[in-house]
Amino acid sequence: MNKFQTLTSTCVPLPMENVDTDQIIPARFLKATTREGFGDNLFADRRYDKEGKPVADFVLNNPLYKGEVLVAGKNFGSGSSREHAAWAIAGYGFRVVVSSFFADIFRNNALNNFVLPVIVSDKFLSELFADIDKDPNTTVTVDLEKQTIVNNVSGKSETFEISAYKKNCLLNGYDDIDFLLSNKDKIEAWEKQWV
Amino acid sequence: MAKTLFDKIWDAHTVTQVENGPTQLYIDRHLCHEVTSPQAFDGLRRRGLKVFRPGKTTATTDHNIPTENQDLPIKDQVSRFQVDTLTKNCEEFGITLYGLGNEKNGVVHVMGPENGLTQPGMTIVCGDSHTSTHGAFGAVAFGVGTSEVEMVLASQCVLQSRPKTMRITFEGKLNPFVSSKDIALYMISKLTTGGATGYFVEYAGEAIRNLSMEARMTLCNLSIEMGARGGLIAPDETTFEYVKGREFAPQGADWDKASAYWKTLKTDEGAKFDKEITFNAGEIEPMITYGTNPGMGMPITGTIPSPESIGEAGRISFQRSMEYMGFKPGEKMSGKPVDYVFLGSCTNGRIEDFRAFANFVKGKKKAGNVTVWLVPGSRRVEKQIREEGLDKILNEAGFVLRQPGCSACLAMNDDKVPAGKYSVSTSNRNFEGRQGPGARTLLASPLVAAAAAVTGKITDPREL
Repeated sequence: MNKFQTLTSTCVPLPMENVDTDQIIPARFLKATTREGFGDNLFADRRYDKEGKPVADFVLNNPLYKGEVLVAGKNFGSGSSREHAAWAIAGYGFRVVVSSFFADIFRNNALNNFVLPVIVSDKFLSELFADIDKDPNTTVTVDLEKQTIVNNVSGKSETFEISAYKKNCLLNGYDDIDFLLSNKDKIEAWEKQWV
Repeated sequence: MAKTLFDKIWDAHTVTQVENGPTQLYIDRHLCHEVTSPQAFDGLRRRGLKVFRPGKTTATTDHNIPTENQDLPIKDQVSRFQVDTLTKNCEEFGITLYGLGNEKNGVVHVMGPENGLTQPGMTIVCGDSHTSTHGAFGAVAFGVGTSEVEMVLASQCVLQSRPKTMRITFEGKLNPFVSSKDIALYMISKLTTGGATGYFVEYAGEAIRNLSMEARMTLCNLSIEMGARGGLIAPDETTFEYVKGREFAPQGADWDKASAYWKTLKTDEGAKFDKEITFNAGEIEPMITYGTNPGMGMPITGTIPSPESIGEAGRISFQRSMEYMGFKPGEKMSGKPVDYVFLGSCTNGRIEDFRAFANFVKGKKKAGNVTVWLVPGSRRVEKQIREEGLDKILNEAGFVLRQPGCSACLAMNDDKVPAGKYSVSTSNRNFEGRQGPGARTLLASPLVAAAAAVTGKITDPREL
């Protein structure tokens, strides 16, 4: 579904800082030539042991936590530009990632795959982690039109940043390439003056 | 109005500014490799599109190739299929490919500059975060995702929000045995792994001016490791001398015209940066990392910091990294045993890096307990190593040269460090599992790597 409007969901907490894209999807899974199937290997080295058995204390293997919102520590998605990280997150079924800070390239990659990165304050994030810890059924509501996220346990809400252009793309399912191609005359005009 | 170098290049390449949105930026040079491109070419096929400007894209194979027996078919079938897919895509869409066996083949950020594809004032992208390397030439160069690779193939443009600007000045001179890798690891340890996120960095100051092009590339390469969109250095005589005469560099009258323009590419007096930071280059020592991100670095003579010195929110990650690395706060790094040494990658796989390593190990012997992978960044680097006789020095000291590729930097091929083993690596990332599941990476300069290779433990190169 290439659109994002609103979502209310329980959360999967990952209270680590600096989760890099090598952790999100290790390099040995980048040999594929399609976008499909990466969800199965999301966080593979945290999620499975050497024999490929699920690691019980990793959050994705804990039946208490499920939902379409991943809540992660500061500086999520640093490192490699691999879009496979965004494909893995989308493929697993997450539609929102909440953190207090995202790496630039990951943020773009997520948006280009209709996964919404929601930037919240450190305080909102730590309270959300605490609420999820107390009650795994804690939900958040993300409203893209209003650019708000609500912690439905505490009732606290924050607004988040997204460019008007990208917001419009997500709300309506618009595509960057269609946009760029609609500007072909401008591209050719730029080329003519750049000699 | 006074402008920064970054602003000059960005503004010159702005096709249009989307209202309340990103800049549509024209891309002069697109570099492409086998891992992050197949889905982009598929996208073009699905839309029935051609590549808009095929002459502005150049492809190489580097990430997912073996570094031995490159003349034979790739054994791993999935890897072979991915490499073959790039070949087919380049044929179908009319793109020049320097594949395995081609004399121009190499790691994308090594072969681009070597062949003169990288030039001052350009905008350069590649589906690889270390595209920041090309900033060493005074180019606006940054890594993009596969959707953006597709955008460039389709329209020669990307949509990017304008980053903020930061200038980092290194005053004074570097001490002996201190390289640009140490500058970078020092800087990232001070600014943290997300400290420059949202910024484009210009490096300046006496210590930067004195760096060779290879050293500048190492520094700009690591800009992404502090989160920066990219890093650049104003071009000067060192830059022009490097570029001149390379195959795709402007020649004759075109050279005169281009170099006259390049000389204007510097930050104007009085231009304002969003952030300015100054370091004293003389304070930098040979560095090594002890944790699981490139910001966890320290002087090789130092001790691992205590958890109390880390902010509370970061402590879970810090503790986890100590467990992963098998280290304890307060321990000294020097003297710790090493199992693997890797010299190579887009960070330190250039001829100067091999010269530094070879000169250091000359007349010494490889330690028996260490496996050493010496992987040139390109065919050209490999050839130069042989022409300069460095291979003989290396062989006499007990080392063997492998064939070019990204190799153990990201361990997509067989060059994997086994779980629990310690690897002193000249590459760019010490993330968990980066060099193989469970591998423990210690990032360092070629000299620190050379010292570890001959002693079998972490050693300050100044001691030998």
